[in-house]
Amino acid sequence: MTDDTLRSALVDYALRLGDTSLVLGHRLSEWCGHAPELEEDLALANMALDLVGHARMWLAFAGETEGKGRDEDRLAYHRDGFDYRNHLLVEQPNRDFGHTIARQFLHDAWSVGLYERLASSANPEVAGIAAKAVKEVRYHLRHSGEWVVRLGDGTEKSRAIMADAFDRLSRYTDEMFEADGVERTLTAAGIAPDPEELRAGWEARVDAVLAEATLSRPAIHGRQTGGRSGRHTEHLGHLLAEMQFLQRAYPGATW
Amino acid sequence: MYTQGLDAKPADNTIPFNRTDPELERRFQERVDAEEKIEPRDWMPDGYRRTLVRQISQHAHSEIVGMLPEGNWITRAPTLRRKIALLAKVQDEGGHGLYLYSAAETLGVSRDELVEQLLSGKAKYSSIFNYPTLTWADIGTIGWLVDGAAIMNQVPLCRCSYGPYARAMIRICREESFHQRQGYEIVMTLAQGTPEQKRMAQDSLDRWWWPALMMFGPSDDASAHSAQNMRWKIKRFSNDELRQKFVDATVPQAEYLGLTIPDPDLRFNAETGHYEFGTIDWSEFERVLKGDGPCNRERLEARNKAWDDGAWVREAALAHARKRESRAAAQNQAGARGRA
Ligand SMILES: [Fe+2]
Ligand SMILES: [Fe+2]
Repeated sequence: MTDDTLRSALVDYALRLGDTSLVLGHRLSEWCGHAPELEEDLALANMALDLVGHARMWLAFAGETEGKGRDEDRLAYHRDGFDYRNHLLVEQPNRDFGHTIARQFLHDAWSVGLYERLASSANPEVAGIAAKAVKEVRYHLRHSGEWVVRLGDGTEKSRAIMADAFDRLSRYTDEMFEADGVERTLTAAGIAPDPEELRAGWEARVDAVLAEATLSRPAIHGRQTGGRSGRHTEHLGHLLAEMQFLQRAYPGATW
Repeated sequence: MYTQGLDAKPADNTIPFNRTDPELERRFQERVDAEEKIEPRDWMPDGYRRTLVRQISQHAHSEIVGMLPEGNWITRAPTLRRKIALLAKVQDEGGHGLYLYSAAETLGVSRDELVEQLLSGKAKYSSIFNYPTLTWADIGTIGWLVDGAAIMNQVPLCRCSYGPYARAMIRICREESFHQRQGYEIVMTLAQGTPEQKRMAQDSLDRWWWPALMMFGPSDDASAHSAQNMRWKIKRFSNDELRQKFVDATVPQAEYLGLTIPDPDLRFNAETGHYEFGTIDWSEFERVLKGDGPCNRERLEARNKAWDDGAWVREAALAHARKRESRAAAQNQAGARGRA
């Protein structure tokens, strides 16, 4: 494998992780000031802060590795949807607190497994970012998992909302375990795990919590993927239009 | 200030002082005069307790409602660094709300009661948060002017006679001054930026200057019970004194930025060493405080919507906690039977 192949795989991989963190962080930040209780407002903001922080590390790393002078903001604010590489799961709208929590939980159960593996990546920068992020995503998983249990095993209404949320969102989860040339290149170089290897751990984490929540993992109907190569749902365009507004409206300005 | 509703006339000549015990009052006042802190279990006059509950809860409500205008720009922050800084700032304000509700609870009211008063529109919060955030520059201006004005008022409150309030204020003030610097830095970046950014900064200052001055509350001769609050050391400086301090500190900052304060009467008086400024439109202040400001309805609606939308979540959390308790109790019983 040439240095160029490896380099471009690393850039793509970092964009996938960075965009996924950024889009999810952005979604969580939409809650600020509107959560069901004050403590939860602060907790959602905390997770959003962590995730946007992870996004900054990944995007900065992607830009440096690429070597074309794109920094984190160039990457975040000046790419259109078809260049965004996030999972479809995280761009799904907040809907209500239950859907937000289900989305978060499905993602966290994946990112904990991933970051634990990436922490021993052959690439020291990747390992460094993962080692820092893993502590935070473990906390996120605990938090979202606790809410899944509370809401699943709460009232009839809350249980119905959570069942609906998992039903709606499950179709987007397979994407997290997909691999293409990017992952295969990095797996061969010992830089990233084979995504499929993360599946068993994810299922175990998800099933354990769902069982406690008196829910079960729904069968996947109409599996959706494509975010990792820039094919998104309708929701991402609106998110980007809002997020990128100032940078687009005032090109070249410093903020 | 964040509690300006307190001294708006004819607000509160109604606070009754029923538990009059001259001896206890005399000892209480002695302790206050000696700068001792009054703690939750200490005897205190009813009026003192009520004034504090109202002041602290208005302050808490202001922090919470204040999350809305700034939260309006989190999803549109122009860089990732700014996005994080703004989100963290709004989160801090929520944290301030939390400490302040806790401080109010030490006086024997529950957070639920206080929140209920906010949601029903009965409780007041600072008039400033009923103005809209129309551009990114407003995020800078709010940090610079609104947090700046808050600091002027709150630093003296760190020495408030009531211990829990004073301690909450110490923590809060540290964060507010960070917010203020951050806001000023945003405005500075705009003021030194492109002509469009500079216009954005000036427009923002034009809209926020007078409402910021109103944050200090009515002028001293119209203020209802400053004197008693001064005696109780709940208040240390009068509204006008604080407003003057704010103007004196802020005008040079605006000059440094190359921005114009929207007040043709503003001038420096070399003799007094203070800036003199034009007349505040108190009718606007009264209107906003009464509920007819540009965004009063939106703010209350947003708080009510968050609360109502969250009802099923809070109910579920409660139901789950009860189930846990009864399961644990059943287990304990089974355990006890097993040992018997
Ligand atoms: Fe605050
Ligand atoms: Fe603040």
